[in-house]
Amino acid sequence: MNLDRVTLSHGGGGRLMHELIEKMFVSKFSNPALDEMNDSAVIEPDPGSARLAFTIDSFVVDPYFFPGGDIGKLAVCGTVNDLAVQGAKPLFLAASFILEEGFPGEDLERIVASMAETAEAAGVEIVTGDTKVVERGSCDKLFLTTAGIGTVRRKTELTGRSIEPGDKIILNGFIGDHGIAVLSSREGLKFSTGLVSDCAPLGRLVGDMLAESPKIKWMRDPTRGGVAATLNEAVSGRDFGIKIEKKKIPVRREVRGACEMLGFDPLYIANEGKIAAIVSEDAAPAVLGAMRRNEDGADSVIIGEVVSEPAGMVILETEIGGSAILDMPRGELLPRIC
Amino acid sequence: MKYIDEFRNKALCGRMLSDIERAIRRKTVFMEVCGTHTVSIFRSGIRNLLPDELTLLSGPGCPVCVTSQEELDRAIALSRRDGTIIATYGDMLRVPGSGSSLEKERAAGRDIRIVYSTLDALGIAEKNSPKDVVFLGAGFETTAPASAVAVLEAENKKLHNFSLLSCHKLIPPAMKALLESGETAIDGFLCPGHVSTILGSTDYEFIAGDFKTPCVIAGFEPLDILESLLMLTRQVTSERAAVEIQYKRSVKPEGNPKARELLYRVFNRADSKWRGLGPIPSSGLKLKEEFAPFDASLKFDTGKMESYDPPGCICGDILRGVKLPFDCPLFGKRCTPDEPIGPCMVSSEGTCGAYFKYGKREQL
Repeated sequence: MNLDRVTLSHGGGGRLMHELIEKMFVSKFSNPALDEMNDSAVIEPDPGSARLAFTIDSFVVDPYFFPGGDIGKLAVCGTVNDLAVQGAKPLFLAASFILEEGFPGEDLERIVASMAETAEAAGVEIVTGDTKVVERGSCDKLFLTTAGIGTVRRKTELTGRSIEPGDKIILNGFIGDHGIAVLSSREGLKFSTGLVSDCAPLGRLVGDMLAESPKIKWMRDPTRGGVAATLNEAVSGRDFGIKIEKKKIPVRREVRGACEMLGFDPLYIANEGKIAAIVSEDAAPAVLGAMRRNEDGADSVIIGEVVSEPAGMVILETEIGGSAILDMPRGELLPRIC
Repeated sequence: MKYIDEFRNKALCGRMLSDIERAIRRKTVFMEVCGTHTVSIFRSGIRNLLPDELTLLSGPGCPVCVTSQEELDRAIALSRRDGTIIATYGDMLRVPGSGSSLEKERAAGRDIRIVYSTLDALGIAEKNSPKDVVFLGAGFETTAPASAVAVLEAENKKLHNFSLLSCHKLIPPAMKALLESGETAIDGFLCPGHVSTILGSTDYEFIAGDFKTPCVIAGFEPLDILESLLMLTRQVTSERAAVEIQYKRSVKPEGNPKARELLYRVFNRADSKWRGLGPIPSSGLKLKEEFAPFDASLKFDTGKMESYDPPGCICGDILRGVKLPFDCPLFGKRCTPDEPIGPCMVSSEGTCGAYFKYGKREQL
C-alpha cells in the first residue's frame, strides 16, 4: 500500500481507514475469520466445538468523563456490543490500561468502578488485564483497551448473505446522543444540552431479538461514523441497496439543534448503545415488538428497507420528498469520541 | 423544531415547486453563489425535484475552494518554521497546496491546531508564548469580522506572538468578475444569506442595475431556497432585475453595520487572487498598516511561493460555473474526498465534494 505517513483521516472511520485496514492489515494477516471483516471474529477452536466470538477495541475518548458515561463504561459496552451484534453471548473481557505519568488516582478509581458496574450489568467478567505507565507526554492521559470473548448461539447466522430486497432496517432508538454528549463537554466547545450518552451494553437486547426470530440477517452497532457508515458497510460490494426515510429516523431535539449549529448530520454521529438490524420483511413486526419490550429498545423503529436498485448505495429520502445519496463518512469528522 | 421543521415542510415545498413550474417560461440558469446553499440543495434533494428548464450552477462561494495556491503554500511554509503554531478552521487542513497540505505537515510533526473560533487561537497564543501563533484567516464577509476582533483583542492584550495570515475575500467583487467575463450565461443569483447578514442588500445593487441580473438573498432551508428560486423565476419572467431579500429573518437591507465597522477598522480592501477567477481588484482584505505587527504576511518572510495548480484539475472552471464536476477527468477517479487533488473536492461545501457525496454517481 502506498502510504507516506499516517494522518488523522486514517483513523476517522471513513474510506481511508477502511483502505488502511484492508490493504495494510487484512492483506498481511489474511485468514478466514479475519477476512469476514466483522465487528468480532467468529472462530471454532476445534471442529464441532462451540463457536466463539472474539474481539478487541481501544478507547481514547476525550474527555474521559462525559454526560452519561466515562471511558470505563464505554470500554465495557463497546466490546460487549461488538460481541453481541455477532450473535454471541458476551462472557469474558480483558482490559489493558496505558496510563500517563501523573494521572489522578481519584479519576482512575472512578473509571474502574464504572467498568465493574457496567460489566456486572452486562453479565460479563473482566478476567485478565495489563497495566503500563508511560512518561508524561507519551500518551494522552489514559488509553484503555478491552478484548472480549463470547459463545455464539447455535443456529445464528448473521453474515448478511441472505439479505434480499424487501428486508426491513430496524434501529433501536435515537441516534447521535453519544457523539453530541461527548462533544458538548469538550474543552473549548462547551455547550449545554442536558443530553446524555446512549452508552449501554446491548447483549440482553440482542438476546431478546434472536430469541424472537431466526430471520435476523445482519446486525451492527453504529458507533464511529454513525448509522451512515454502518448502512454503507451493509451494501458495500453487494447487489442490493438500502433506502431509508429521514423522517422516520429518531433524532432528539438537542442532537438536531447541535448538529444544525455545528454543521453535522446526525446520521454520521457516533452512538454507543444502538443497533441497526436487517430483518426479513415477515419477521420484522415481531422483532420490532420484542425490541420495544426491552428497555434498550423501547424507541425502536423501522427506518427503511433493502432495495434492488441502486445496488451498493444507501439512499436517503429527504423530508421534502427528494432523494440524496447517504455516503460513507470521509476523513476526520469529529474530535475523538470513542 | 422551531424554525427548522416549518422550513422543511413537504406540502409547503411542494406548493412552491408547482409555483416555480407555473412561473417558468424558458430555459433558465441560476447560480447559487454560496457553498452552504450547494450542500443544502443536495442534502434536501431539491435538484431532482426542479422543472427541467431550470438549471442550478454552483458558484465561487466556498472559502476553502477559492483560497489561492500561493496563500495555501504560504501557510504550509509558515507551519514548517521553527517555533510556530498554525491555528486554522478545520476545513483548511486537507486542502492540497503545491505538494503538501496542512494535514500532511501535521502528520510530519508540525504544530497545527484546529480551532472553532478566532478567540481560541488567541488563547493558544496566550498559553504558548514565545511561540508564534499564526491564525489562517480564510472566508468571506462572514468570518472576517471574527478575525478583525481577534486582531483588536491581540493588540489590546499586547499578544505580540499572535498574527493573522489574511486570505479573506469579498463576495460581490467575485460576482462582478464572473459577470464581466461573460463566460457563463447566468439568469439570476441566489445570493448568500450569511454574507448578506453582514453586508445587507445594497452591495448587490450594481448586479441588478449594471448587469440587469436578478438577485435574491436566500436562507438555507429547503423552503427558503425554493421560495428564492420562485422569486428569481418571477423576476426573469416579468423581465425585472432587482435585489430582493427572501431571508428576512436574518438579513436587513442595511446588514450589520457594527460588524462592517469592525471589519474596516482593521482591514483595507486589497486586490486578491482567487483560484479559478485569478486576481480580482479590491476583492480581498488586508490588515491596515497600523496593525502590521499582527500581519503574518509582513512579519514572516516566506520568500516567493513557487505555486502551481494541480495538473489536470479544473476546479477553476468549476468555480466559474463554466464546467461541471462530471466534466473533469479526475473527478471520482483520481480525485476523491479521501485523496483530493483539487480544493473543490476537499471542502464539505465544495462543488465537487457535494456532487461526489450526494450526486449521481452513475455518471462516473
